[in-house]
Amino acid sequence: MRRVFTRERLPIIATATVLVLLYLASGLLFKGFFGPQVFLNLFSDNAFLGIVAVGMTFVILSGGIDLSVGSMVGCSSIMLATLVEKGHWSPLAGIAAVLAFGIVVGLTQGWLIQKFGLPPFLVTLAGLFFCRGFGLSISRESIQIKAPLLTSWSNWSATLPGGSTVPLASFIFVGFILIAAFLAKQTRFGRTVYAIGGSEPSTVLMGLEVARTKTLVYTFSGFASALGGLVFALYTSSGNAVSGTGLELDAIASVVIGGTLLTGGYGSVFGSLLGVLTLGVIQTAIMFQGTLSSWWTKIAIGGLLLVFVLLQRALSVLSPSAKNA
Amino acid sequence: MSRYKSPLLWPVLALLVLLVFNLVATPGFFHLEMRDGRLFGSLIDILNRGTPVLLLSLGMTLVIATGGIDLSVGAVMAIVGAVAACLIARPSGCVLNGIDAHGAVGTIVAISMMAALLCGLFNGFLVSVVGLQPFVATLLLMVAGRGLAQLLTDGQIVIFNHAGFQSLSTGATAGLVNPVWIAVVACVVSSMATHGTSLGQFIRAVGANPKAAFLSGINVQAVKAAAYVACALCAGVAGLIVTADIKGADANNAGLYLELDAILAVCIGGTSLAGGKFSFAGSVIGALVMQTLTTTILTRGVPAEATLVLKAVIVVAVCLLQARQSQAKVVVVKEATT
Amino acid sequence: MSWLLELRGITKSFPGVRALDNVDFQLRPGEVHALMGENGAGKSTLIKVMTGLFALDSGSMTLGGSPFQPKSPHHAAELGISTVYQEVNLVPNLSVAENVCLGRESRSWYGIRWRDMQARCRSALARLGLDIDPRMPLGSFSIAVQQMVAIARAVDVSAKVLVLDEPTSSLDRKETMHLFETVRKLRDDGIGIVFVTHFLDQVFEVADRTTVLRNGRLVGTFQTQGLTKLELVSHMIGRSAEGLVGDSSRERALSTGSPVLEAHGLGRKGSVQDISIDVRPGETLGLAGLLGSGRTETLRLLFGADKRTQGRLTTGGKEARAWSPRKAMAARLAFCPEDRKAEGVFPGLSVEENLTLVVQAKRGLWRKLGKRARQEIVDHFVEALQIKVPDIGRPVQTLSGGNQQKVILARWLATEPQVLLLDEPTRGIDVGAKFEVANIIDQMSSQGVAVVFVSSELDETVRSCARVYVLRDQRLVGELLAEDVNEQKIMAMIAGGSS
Repeated sequence: MRRVFTRERLPIIATATVLVLLYLASGLLFKGFFGPQVFLNLFSDNAFLGIVAVGMTFVILSGGIDLSVGSMVGCSSIMLATLVEKGHWSPLAGIAAVLAFGIVVGLTQGWLIQKFGLPPFLVTLAGLFFCRGFGLSISRESIQIKAPLLTSWSNWSATLPGGSTVPLASFIFVGFILIAAFLAKQTRFGRTVYAIGGSEPSTVLMGLEVARTKTLVYTFSGFASALGGLVFALYTSSGNAVSGTGLELDAIASVVIGGTLLTGGYGSVFGSLLGVLTLGVIQTAIMFQGTLSSWWTKIAIGGLLLVFVLLQRALSVLSPSAKNA
Repeated sequence: MSRYKSPLLWPVLALLVLLVFNLVATPGFFHLEMRDGRLFGSLIDILNRGTPVLLLSLGMTLVIATGGIDLSVGAVMAIVGAVAACLIARPSGCVLNGIDAHGAVGTIVAISMMAALLCGLFNGFLVSVVGLQPFVATLLLMVAGRGLAQLLTDGQIVIFNHAGFQSLSTGATAGLVNPVWIAVVACVVSSMATHGTSLGQFIRAVGANPKAAFLSGINVQAVKAAAYVACALCAGVAGLIVTADIKGADANNAGLYLELDAILAVCIGGTSLAGGKFSFAGSVIGALVMQTLTTTILTRGVPAEATLVLKAVIVVAVCLLQARQSQAKVVVVKEATT
Repeated sequence: MSWLLELRGITKSFPGVRALDNVDFQLRPGEVHALMGENGAGKSTLIKVMTGLFALDSGSMTLGGSPFQPKSPHHAAELGISTVYQEVNLVPNLSVAENVCLGRESRSWYGIRWRDMQARCRSALARLGLDIDPRMPLGSFSIAVQQMVAIARAVDVSAKVLVLDEPTSSLDRKETMHLFETVRKLRDDGIGIVFVTHFLDQVFEVADRTTVLRNGRLVGTFQTQGLTKLELVSHMIGRSAEGLVGDSSRERALSTGSPVLEAHGLGRKGSVQDISIDVRPGETLGLAGLLGSGRTETLRLLFGADKRTQGRLTTGGKEARAWSPRKAMAARLAFCPEDRKAEGVFPGLSVEENLTLVVQAKRGLWRKLGKRARQEIVDHFVEALQIKVPDIGRPVQTLSGGNQQKVILARWLATEPQVLLLDEPTRGIDVGAKFEVANIIDQMSSQGVAVVFVSSELDETVRSCARVYVLRDQRLVGELLAEDVNEQKIMAMIAGGSS
């Protein structure tokens, strides 16, 4: 029988505990926090972050980092809005173009990292500036999305028994998580990502497709953040080039708080979901509290991330096997 | 060393190309004139506007030479700017109102630089004592730092009027605007601190091989931490100049995206991202290349946003060139040792 | 006789080095074939050629009679040549089953079939006599088990040839025995096994034939039976057997001075235990033992490179409490680490800077050495140690291994140490440089410096040392003095009661 409380799982257990405690504490402090709609909104309000974090999970599992995700969200939201509203493209063509853009940018980043051995943070930092600059070049102003198809998607929601509503974004988020979890657990691609994070030279010698997988990881993250941008555009019914500023830290924080080691190899998509929900609960609690300003969210997330990074570091120093790896 | 190609060749060449381009394409680019007892002209403007990036790149050079990176410089600028602005303007409800600087420039600068020092110590602690990857440690401050700056300014843009403090940016001494003097002093101090003592050699040793440095009796943790502190202090001075320039602190936008400019300046200057060697002269020229490029783009009527895209492309291109060279070297070393 | 794997006229050059020069190698099915040679002999290059990591310059390879041109290790494995490397090259965070099967796992429409994979892994491990839970992460097992898993992975591809590259360097005696049983089992199944090792005994224990390389050339292929250890060593180092024995009879005076460095019950958790030794001025003290016996670890504790968790240390009669390289340097200790590349040289820094760095570190941040002072140090040592360097401004990594080693030695000699701790100072450098290093050691001890010398080459220890401590399994097992210092006595002590 395998043990439940292994060293590798400690971070995710810590996250689950923190999440439950935060949720309970907020529920006791604030009236109405326990309502089903508040819980369901955790999914819809954080759908774009969650989708981005899922892409980031793969990158971090492989031992890399993607700093370009936040500006990709902004860039793809403004792209969609401009294509549909100014260029009068059909919404579906616009969505396809934006996703293709995300894939191309991700692919290019992955190629540069894999082929030339450039540090991921540097390449994706350049990606951050590229996307932000590109988005701002398209339009400095926020653009309202009025295309009927997209508006109907924005407004659509499923009504649950009891009257709570679940908008489309939540479904995209949950569907995306399921697909990503399948990729991570059940496919050779997913297992190779874990292997690369564990030991890249060994993975090469094992004959696995390291080059292709590494490139694909960044491509997938580019795709995920473009999709996140689309969901964000639907969520706000507008495109804005500066949206998603600082989102990279939120995404990294979700992934790390969700138990994925920053050095790669350990973690899960499911953990990142817990991380996103933790961030969501903090944000909602600060909103419910009412008097705290929005930057407290930034500071709280930064602080929580610091705690988890230190926890991981402590575990890896204490663990004898980590030194061999 | 003289037998080897000078590492400054490429950055100097890049700068010359830009200058020659402007000589042909921008009328009056090299025009200088004395007005109100100070020099004016596009070249002076480049030096003046290039000062913040130049300062950042000096600090970044040291951090990169130890094999690290500091992504938090922009946020540190914002924090320092917020502290300075709050000390001057004393907006209601600000946590810093307990400190009364009596509007003395020296006190304001000193207290603001303390904030920079704390940021540097925080980064240095996380990297050298805790052992976090440098980009992770400094990423924390890169984003959470802006939250802190907003906390200080209560999310507002704090504006002020303080002639003494503003002269940091707008004043002139002996015919040259003050930022240029500050840049010159910073260059001299950096150069003396690294070449006048053995700090430079220690930093390169730590960047080239931290384990060997430890066994050679170098205090690796202290050297690394010192680099982050120096970098934060440089960012602090840059933050003060920017704050004095706009007569206010904008926690959201002060120093935004400048970390890339600094890294880019250092890369152009020939300091290897792998650590182990550095050149202040190179970084200074790199910073001037960056500013000349920005000014050139702006005077050609290209929107400011496009420079971001262009810089992203250039940083990748420069790093590719560097990677090509070092890859070739690594292969040779590997074969020689097997 | 048909060969399973035949290599003919293999030549491979790198810029400035001819790593392999017209080498032939033949492997029979069902034999264990040892590949021997000193560092730089070309063993690892030959293996990398066989497994597709390097392309040939010239020569030909056949596998089972047909031409064989692997493009990558993976391709080589598909064609039937699998390799198990020195450090276990598997992934610690994945399960054992994935480590054995990943890359050729059975899949269906819903992805990987985990049950199939685990069953297949179980049977592959059972073939090697190993029964562990394939769902556990690999990192939770000992290195020995991980090694077996690596072999299971290699064999699972229906390998015809199995290359074992230094598989025993981190295994203890019992684990090694188990590994050899497995190797023999695989040999009896008809697999051809190429076995690379630096343990002479193991060659005689398990190999049927032995091929020796030296400086990239083939010395010869021998039946292991009928080969003596002395013959094998002389093939490897290219010296006659007589010359080798001659040195060991050298007379050496024992030092009578009071100890400059003493350790009492020194130890570190999970490493060496209970080490009590003393080091006297003007003597060359040897620490002998097999790789992994605790030689390196002991030196590192003496210098403070690792923190001790037990025991006391005194230098010059004074107790050293908190100990670190900086403190050790202040007490005039010097330490040349084993791994020159990882812990010795500063790549990218010039020869001059590499040479003066420790003196500078000792002087501290503020008292920077002047240009002239540095020049004097460099000139002195380039002359004294005969460092061949065309230009002291050159990056240190452009020098040959022997000259790099001399730069590191010079770096420490420049601090005028009282105790010189040398961990494998002759590793990976050519024979001429080895003798020069040995002469430097002699010179130092005649000047009153205490030298602690670690070498895996017994003859070097015997040649240089008047007194030898012998280590086995992370503990001190004995001390040999004066005329007792010879290869036989040391070997007997290393082997201990077990054989």
